Amino acid sequence: MTHVLLRHRDIPNINTIDVYKKNGGFEAFKNAVIKMKPEEVTNVVKNSGLRGRGGAGFPTGMKWQFMDNKNWPHYVVANADESEPGTFKDREIMEQNPFQFLEGVALASYAVGANAAYVYLRGEFWQVAKFLDEKIAEMEEAGFLGDKLFGTDYSLRIYTHLGAGAYICGEETALLESIEGKRGQPRVRPPFPPSFGLYGKPTVVNNVETLTNVPLILSKGADWYKSIGTADSAGVKIFSLSGRVKKPGNYELPFGKTFRDLIYGEGGGIIDDRPIKAIMPAGASSSLIVADDKALDTILDYASVRTLGADLGSASVIVIDDTVSIEWVISKTIHFFKHESCGKCTPCREGNHWMLSVVNRIEHHHNPEDVELLLNVAKQMQGKCLCALGEFATMAVVTGIERFPQDFKA
Amino acid sequence: MSLAEKYPKEIRQILAKYPPEHKRSAVMPLLHLAQLQEGHVDRHAMQEIAALLEITETEIASIIGFYTLYHDKPEGKLRIQVCTDLPCALRGADKFLADLCGKLGIQPGETTPDGLVTVEAVMCLAACDKAPMFQTQGTNGIEYHEHMTVEKTMELIDGFKKNDGEVK
Ligand SMILES: Cc1cc2nc3c(=O)[nH]c(=O)nc-3n(C[C@H](O)[C@H](O)[C@H](O)COP(=O)(O)O)c2cc1C
Ligand code: FES
Repeated sequence: MTHVLLRHRDIPNINTIDVYKKNGGFEAFKNAVIKMKPEEVTNVVKNSGLRGRGGAGFPTGMKWQFMDNKNWPHYVVANADESEPGTFKDREIMEQNPFQFLEGVALASYAVGANAAYVYLRGEFWQVAKFLDEKIAEMEEAGFLGDKLFGTDYSLRIYTHLGAGAYICGEETALLESIEGKRGQPRVRPPFPPSFGLYGKPTVVNNVETLTNVPLILSKGADWYKSIGTADSAGVKIFSLSGRVKKPGNYELPFGKTFRDLIYGEGGGIIDDRPIKAIMPAGASSSLIVADDKALDTILDYASVRTLGADLGSASVIVIDDTVSIEWVISKTIHFFKHESCGKCTPCREGNHWMLSVVNRIEHHHNPEDVELLLNVAKQMQGKCLCALGEFATMAVVTGIERFPQDFKA
Repeated sequence: MSLAEKYPKEIRQILAKYPPEHKRSAVMPLLHLAQLQEGHVDRHAMQEIAALLEITETEIASIIGFYTLYHDKPEGKLRIQVCTDLPCALRGADKFLADLCGKLGIQPGETTPDGLVTVEAVMCLAACDKAPMFQTQGTNGIEYHEHMTVEKTMELIDGFKKNDGEVK
C-alpha cells in the first residue's frame, strides 16, 4: 500500500510546493473553500471515523462540531509539541511532508471558521519551525493563505509558535497558556477548548498527524478512509518504533496489523535475536505489557490494545528485551515525570517527588517494603491529579511492579 | 545594544503574529531572540521585554524559570544536551554520555575549564530511533546531531573551537 501520511517515502521532494501541487496538493482546500459549506467539511471528517492521534483518540469531527458558534473569533491550534518519550512521528511529517500537514490545518480552520491558526512546536524543533515558516510564506505567495482566498471572503493566516522545553505544554490547555505567554500549566477542565480556548475563545486543538490525514479524506472521501483499518479504528497510524529492535523508525500501517507484524516484520526483530520481554505501546506514559504470544498476536487498534490492560495512545512503541530490568525502566520513567511535573497540583508534584526518592533507594538497596511503598504512592496518585500527567507517571510503575514482580526482588 | 536596536525587523515580525491586545504572547519568541547571542537572557533584555509587553520583570523571570531551554546565567558557549531518556538509553545513550564526559574530563551538568562546552543530560528530543543523539544550543539556535559517536562529537567540538564559537 502506498502511504497516506508519509507520502514523501513514495513521492520524492513532496516537501517542495511544486511537487506537492503536481500530486493534487491544495485541491481539497480550494474545493472546500469554493464549493463546500464549513459544516460539510466537518461532516466528511466525522463520517471518516478519524480519531485524534495525539493520545486520547477522540473523534475529530465531533470535536470540531463542539465549537461554540455564539462566541467569536475561533482558533485552530496544531499540537506539534511531540514530547512523549518514544514519539518522533510529527517531526518526520513536518520535515518531509509539510504541505499536507499545513493543508490539514487550513481545512480544519475553514471547517470551524477560524481566520488564524497557530502551530505550537516544542522549543527543540527550532529548525523545523524555521522550515515551516518558509513553507507558510510559499503558500502565501502562491495564494493558498492570506486574504480573500480563491476569490471568496474567506481569509486565513497560519503562524508558528515555539515552546521552550516543557513536556506539559503538550497537554492542550497548558499549551494554550503557553501561547498566551504564561507558564505552561494546565487549566481546570471543563470548560474544554472548543468553548473556552486560546484567549478565552473557542479553539480546536489537534495533533499534527491527525490534521495530516484531513486533505486526503476530503479528496478521496469518508468511505475510502473508513475502508482502511478496523471497525473500531479507521484509517492508518504512524507507529514510532524504538528500543531494542533492529530497525527502529516510523512505520505507517493500517490499523489491524499485530504487534508481531510491527516488531518482527517492520522492525526486523530484537537486537542479537534476544527474547522480547515487554512492550510499552504509548511511550513512557504507557502501561507495561508482558510480551507473550498473546500480546504479540494482538491487533493494533484502540480497542484491542485495551484488552491487554494498556492504551495505544500515540502509538510510540518502546520494545524491551530480556537484557533490561523493569526496575531500571521505571526508574527512567519516574525521572522523566518528576522532571516534567509542572508543580501546579499537589498529588502530582508530591507524588512524583516521593516516587523518585523511593526508587533511588531501591536502586541502591533492595527492600521489599520500599517496593510496596512505591506501589502505594503510585496508586494514591491515581484519579487525583489535575491533568493526565500525574496519571501517566503511575502507569509504568504500577504495571511494572504488578506484572514483572521478579524484577523487583533482590 | 538593546534588542530593539539589534533586531528591529525580527521584533516587528514576532509582534505581528498575535492580536495587538494579546501582545504578551510574544514573550516566548522574544526570549528566544534575546538568548541567541549570549546564550542566556540578561537583566537588560528582561527589562526591555517587560517594558515592551507591559508585564512585570518578575513574570518574565518566572517564565524563564519554568521552561528548560531558557537560561538566566551564562554557561559554556556551546551546550551539548544529550538525550538519556528511556528509548535512547535502551540504545546506549547513558554510556555515550559517560564516555563523552570522560573524554572532556567533566561530569554531566558541568562546563569545560575553558568555559566553552557544557554537557547536560536531557529528556526525550523526538529522535529516539537515532540514538545516541544530542542537540546543541548555541549562537545558531538549536541543532540536532543524530547517530553520534564520541569521536564525531570531539570533531564537532574541535570545529567549534576553531571557528570561534560557530558550529560548522
Ligand atoms: C501530559 C500530556 C502531554 C501531551 N502531549 C501531547 C503532545 O506532545 N502532542 C499531542 O498531540 N498531544 C499531546 N497530549 C494530548 C493533548 O492534550 C490533546 O489531547 C491532543 O493534542 C488533541 O489532539 P487530537 O485529538 O488530534 O489527538 C498530551 C496530553 C497530556 C495530558
Ligand atoms: S528518548 Fe532520546 S530522543 Fe527520544
